[in-house]
Amino acid sequence: MAEPLLRVKDLVRRFGGILATDHVTLDVAQGELHAIIGPNGAGKTTLISQLTGHLAPHAGSISVAGRDITHLPAYRRSALGLARSFQITSLLLDFTAADNVALAAQAHHGHSFRFWADARKEKGLRDAAQAALQRVGLGDRANVLVSRLSHGEQRELELAVALATKPQLLLLDEPMAGLGVTESARMVKLLQELRKEVTIVLVEHDMEAVFALADRITVLVYGRVIASGAPSDIRQNEEVKRAYLGDQHVVVRHD
Amino acid sequence: MKISLNVRNAVSALVVAGLVLLPLYSQLTGNIFILTLFTRIVILALAAASLNLIMGYGGMMSFGHAAYLGIGGYAVGILAQEGVGSGFLQFPVALAASALYALVIGALSLRTRGVYFIMITLAFAQMAYYVASGLARYGGDDGLTIYKRSDFLGLINLGNRVQFYYLCLACLLGVIFLIWRTVNSRFGMVVQGLRSNEQRMQAIGFPAKRYQLVCFVIAGTLCGLAGALLANNTDFVSPAVMYWTRSGDLMVMVILGGMGSLFGPVIGAVVYLLLEEFLSQITEYWALIMGPLLLLVVLFGRGGIMGMLGRFSRG
Amino acid sequence: MLLVVEQILNGLQFGLLLFLLAAGLTLVFGIMDLVNLAHGSLYMMGAYFAATFVAWTGSFLLGIVLALGASLLLGIVLEFVVLRHLYGRDHLDHVLATFGLILFFNEAVRWIWGPAGLALSLPPWLTVPVQIIPGIQYPAYRLAIIVVALAVALLLYLGVMRTRVGMLIRAGASNREMIGALGINIKLLYTLVFGLGAALAGLAGLMQAPILTVQIGMGENILILAFVVIVIGGIGSIRGAFLAAILVGLIDTLGRAFLPNLLRQVLSGAAASTAAPALSSMLIYLLMAIVLVLRPEGLFPATRR
Repeated sequence: MAEPLLRVKDLVRRFGGILATDHVTLDVAQGELHAIIGPNGAGKTTLISQLTGHLAPHAGSISVAGRDITHLPAYRRSALGLARSFQITSLLLDFTAADNVALAAQAHHGHSFRFWADARKEKGLRDAAQAALQRVGLGDRANVLVSRLSHGEQRELELAVALATKPQLLLLDEPMAGLGVTESARMVKLLQELRKEVTIVLVEHDMEAVFALADRITVLVYGRVIASGAPSDIRQNEEVKRAYLGDQHVVVRHD
Repeated sequence: MKISLNVRNAVSALVVAGLVLLPLYSQLTGNIFILTLFTRIVILALAAASLNLIMGYGGMMSFGHAAYLGIGGYAVGILAQEGVGSGFLQFPVALAASALYALVIGALSLRTRGVYFIMITLAFAQMAYYVASGLARYGGDDGLTIYKRSDFLGLINLGNRVQFYYLCLACLLGVIFLIWRTVNSRFGMVVQGLRSNEQRMQAIGFPAKRYQLVCFVIAGTLCGLAGALLANNTDFVSPAVMYWTRSGDLMVMVILGGMGSLFGPVIGAVVYLLLEEFLSQITEYWALIMGPLLLLVVLFGRGGIMGMLGRFSRG
Repeated sequence: MLLVVEQILNGLQFGLLLFLLAAGLTLVFGIMDLVNLAHGSLYMMGAYFAATFVAWTGSFLLGIVLALGASLLLGIVLEFVVLRHLYGRDHLDHVLATFGLILFFNEAVRWIWGPAGLALSLPPWLTVPVQIIPGIQYPAYRLAIIVVALAVALLLYLGVMRTRVGMLIRAGASNREMIGALGINIKLLYTLVFGLGAALAGLAGLMQAPILTVQIGMGENILILAFVVIVIGGIGSIRGAFLAAILVGLIDTLGRAFLPNLLRQVLSGAAASTAAPALSSMLIYLLMAIVLVLRPEGLFPATRR
């Protein structure tokens, strides 16, 4: 059995008296698309934030490709091939879509202590940006200010920015949040293509998408892993059903 | 280099043209005062431009920028007092001292954010003020007179008002040019991105503090240049030039002109200082008007003067 | 020995005054998220009010009480007319607007009271030295300041920790929307909190008035020290502000009193006289720098990560 790309062991994170991450252990194999689901408040975003380095765990360990990254700052993890999309859209609002993606490419394309040449004219960065935008379907919206893009387009841009850093592990936090039916379908199709090139950890509420895409699913409730395995197993798991029956936050149709 | 034709650029061009032609006007009308006034305005515009780099483009609200005016000035003053009159030594020392101070203060202050950053930069600048006040050998509270302006071996005579004015103007325009190149470069993109969304920038792989510190040092160094020029202009340097209200003045110039626009600080400096001059002619209590005026600018003047002249994208 | 005790008490007294200022700042910042640079002006106004009212009424106590009331009133008016328009805005807007207020206040004071500053003399019963420990005497007035400031600190603590209003204040600090949703009149709460902050600043100013000269710009110097106290003490923490203020007060006072002598024993006379004043003034900032390096969130922050 090959070394998992991402290994999380006994991760713990508290907020005051609340155990937001309760001894979470999970493995993600290379090339896998691993979904993390759970009712609201389960601590999914907290978990992602610890994986990317925006939040420090109080105990436990995280390793990527065998290397312990538990205490590595966020920007260093990006260099190791981790990329993230944010649940609440986090983009550079007063820049264009192309600028956002180009900056992501710039971070992984040589150093940035260059003070003279116009960065917007760097062909390498511009081309990489255009390619990433094209990939997510935003090719013709490259020069639009992010604040002017629709919500759906911004979610797609989040993905493009993550892709531009050429990650080996993609952590997507509800990429389909707030998307309409067509946009969701497009996103699912895109993820189907992407999974062939990059390992993906997907946090999502959209159950149709999750069961269509995931190789394996982990279910988080109140910070604890209550089940982890193949989609078919999860579907039949009693505990999982109980966790969801009470909280019907699962929205399957968007209008 | 594409320069679009719009109101903003037209106004900027007019202001620059006005500044270039000013000595001519001064000669023709025999009005010396306006030349000395505008020399001071040009120097402070340089200081404001350097502050705009970290505030407008970098999002770092430093309330201690006037410290560099003092450091640059005292570098010139102290060296002059100790017998080193050469500008070729004084100016580099002024720049180096400012850079060093910015490095230390920046490294400490950038450990915090937001209002704490403002408070800390303010506190450190005031510390510089107190230290200078305590330097009895160099005048302390009373300040230090500079008997001879920086000597540039006859290349340029700082004692000649017109030559000195053009030196200052050249420095201002040079600095603006450097800032223009910097904010559009890779480095500038990172700094601007950090202003816009630091979390996002960290996520894609940029260590925030490193870039912000470098930006901070650059801005401090440029302001040190303004300090050295200012000391020559007044033939005098005292702790008062670093008093925290001076930092406030610089901030106002930047915001009034329009943060994050290239010529905003120049326009802000011109307007603010001319207004101050004008109001103080009318009444001894000009600050009574200036204070509420500032308030109104904040409450209603989004984006400063440049902002009112039309929407602009940064850089 | 006598000198050391006296200086320690002076340091304590200074620290407590700093606390009054810092507490007001922290409250206003914590609850309304408002950065108020003009806090120092309120301190100055307290002093000017005191000097004026004492002269008018001829009675020290009456003058003081009136001055306190006037400070409170001024704070409320200021909040109502100007500051409430700043809520929710960028901190930079706050900085700029209140900077404008400082200019205005300084100039208004110069216009009304003239540039020379005022003096406030103590009534005889407050100038007598009091024997606190056998053999050690301390001016009654300074002792009174310590007592009053400690009492206010205690009241503040009890008020914030034990009363319903205090609970609202603490809740407001962490969740503004919820407070509004509870049907509490948020505007009134804010006005009162600001008034309280202004009263604290005014109290500090009027207590300090007989000791230092009452002059224009006195607010700014001490405001920056209050900032230093907040940074050292910790984010959003009144307890931190208290401890830090005492610390800062002691270090500043003791440093200024004893550092020159200490230096003279180590360095030559000339070097010591040059370095001493500069170094003494730098002490507080050095402390702040050290805190920033070791614990950027302050020594006693309200929340621990």
